Amino acid sequence: MIEVLTDGPANCIHDRGRRGLLHFGVSRSGAMDALSHDIANALVGNAADAATIEVAMFPFRLRIGVDTQIALTGADAFASLNGVRLPPFWVAPAPAGSLLSLSPPARGMRSYVAFAGGIDVPLVLGSRSTDLKSQFGGLDGKGLAKGDSLALLQTALRKLPTSGHGTLLDGPCTSFWSRAPGVTDIRVIPAAEEPLFTQAARAQFWQTGWQITHEANRAGYRLSGPMLALREPVELFSHGIMPGTVQVPPSGQPIIQLADANTCGGYPKMAVIAEPDLWKLAQLGPGDRIRFVPTTVAAALADQLAQSQMVQAIRAQA
Amino acid sequence: MDVAISQMGTSSLLLDAAGKVFSETVQARIHATAAILRGRADVEEVVPGMNNLLVSFDLQRIAHDSTTNLLRQIWDGAQPLAPDGKTIDIPVTYGGPMAEDLHDWAAHCRMTIAEAVRRHAAPLYTVAAVGAMPGFVYLSGLDPSLAMGRRAVPRMAVPKGAVIIGGVQAGIMPTTAPSGWHIIGHTAVTLFDPHAVPPSLFQPGDRLRFVVAGVLA
Repeated sequence: MIEVLTDGPANCIHDRGRRGLLHFGVSRSGAMDALSHDIANALVGNAADAATIEVAMFPFRLRIGVDTQIALTGADAFASLNGVRLPPFWVAPAPAGSLLSLSPPARGMRSYVAFAGGIDVPLVLGSRSTDLKSQFGGLDGKGLAKGDSLALLQTALRKLPTSGHGTLLDGPCTSFWSRAPGVTDIRVIPAAEEPLFTQAARAQFWQTGWQITHEANRAGYRLSGPMLALREPVELFSHGIMPGTVQVPPSGQPIIQLADANTCGGYPKMAVIAEPDLWKLAQLGPGDRIRFVPTTVAAALADQLAQSQMVQAIRAQA
Repeated sequence: MDVAISQMGTSSLLLDAAGKVFSETVQARIHATAAILRGRADVEEVVPGMNNLLVSFDLQRIAHDSTTNLLRQIWDGAQPLAPDGKTIDIPVTYGGPMAEDLHDWAAHCRMTIAEAVRRHAAPLYTVAAVGAMPGFVYLSGLDPSLAMGRRAVPRMAVPKGAVIIGGVQAGIMPTTAPSGWHIIGHTAVTLFDPHAVPPSLFQPGDRLRFVVAGVLA
């Protein structure tokens, strides 16, 4: 068993989330930084659908009651395993009795902890992800609290050096984590109502370094910057939306809908974040600034493929 | 019929067939198109909205370049079907401590409570779409004389089972959640259960009738 030693309502069990259920009003859910989550599973040799812990509130501590192996990815939370520094994108043996401790990261918002075998919680609607809003999935539909205990699915442990090993990330991943402070480019695909905004608003949308406000969670991020105006009022009927949709409500300040967003919306849409860039947004938070850069479906798919090849290569080496 | 098909991110398309007002005929064709798409292995999500349809493709199984043409072809060939879904009665207790807006709503509609309730329970509503939150139904068929604009300040917690009116739409709260709609009644029927198959009581195309279980004035 794994014992949780700290309260953190935003620390939740996640896998890749729920697909094919948007027409029931069920959000996609799933790890916000799906790439780091995938790498964590690959490092411990788990199947791609195994569940990890998404840590978004720090400090976070665990006592590990069984012999296992853990991988830590995503934000560098100055973690220590039994007092020894555990860098991000690293896998290490965790003998029974181990203590894992994560501190607030200097950069990035979310860390992922994977255990060999994956966390054993029931599948609800085909996924182990926690739906906090609707209170199902994960551990009884809730965030992790002090005293919770988590079981792991049985698996044979592979051989690992005592100090474990890290992994090499590809170019785009490395450049994101080692980027200079300032505005981060997020690639987007323009959406239906982009042409309906004023010339000035469209120019501002693409040129502004938008600031992420404090209203930023798994459901969505509100941005702050110049007010974006439509050429004339637009009335839309409610329609299905995908995570990453950038809407502009009457306030003129964009909202990016994310993993736990409502499945329908009706605000005019400027753009949708390219799938291979969604994970970057998960690692940006209040105060960070982003710039929207237009891209194409073909370019997004090529990057998506490169990311899955990187994860496969990590799994092959593990 | 003129439809707009736009890209919705990397792997999805939005088909928008909406005119100025909601059309039952268009919605029947949306459901027919959705039914065809649902059977395809290269389609991941089929989400009917109000006179629109979001479709998400598995681009490992179909080339992105061909998705827009495919969707247009299926739409062009789809015959609007009369709703063939099930009809479910929803017993409603109007008014009382669980439904504090009943008086204001009837007054707003310039009707007695009895008349407003009668008109609310009269039509056979159609589930145009399910979404926003798990199991929430977008209903068409509300008597326009019962419309009432949303509250200026939404309530932070409208209880599960609340029977509500928002603008020209009627609805039911599947779970306790914030809402700016007016609460006119309450039902004990469960609309969403994540452990049931399917999890949502209603599917798009189903019919719904409100049945007066009581009026607490």
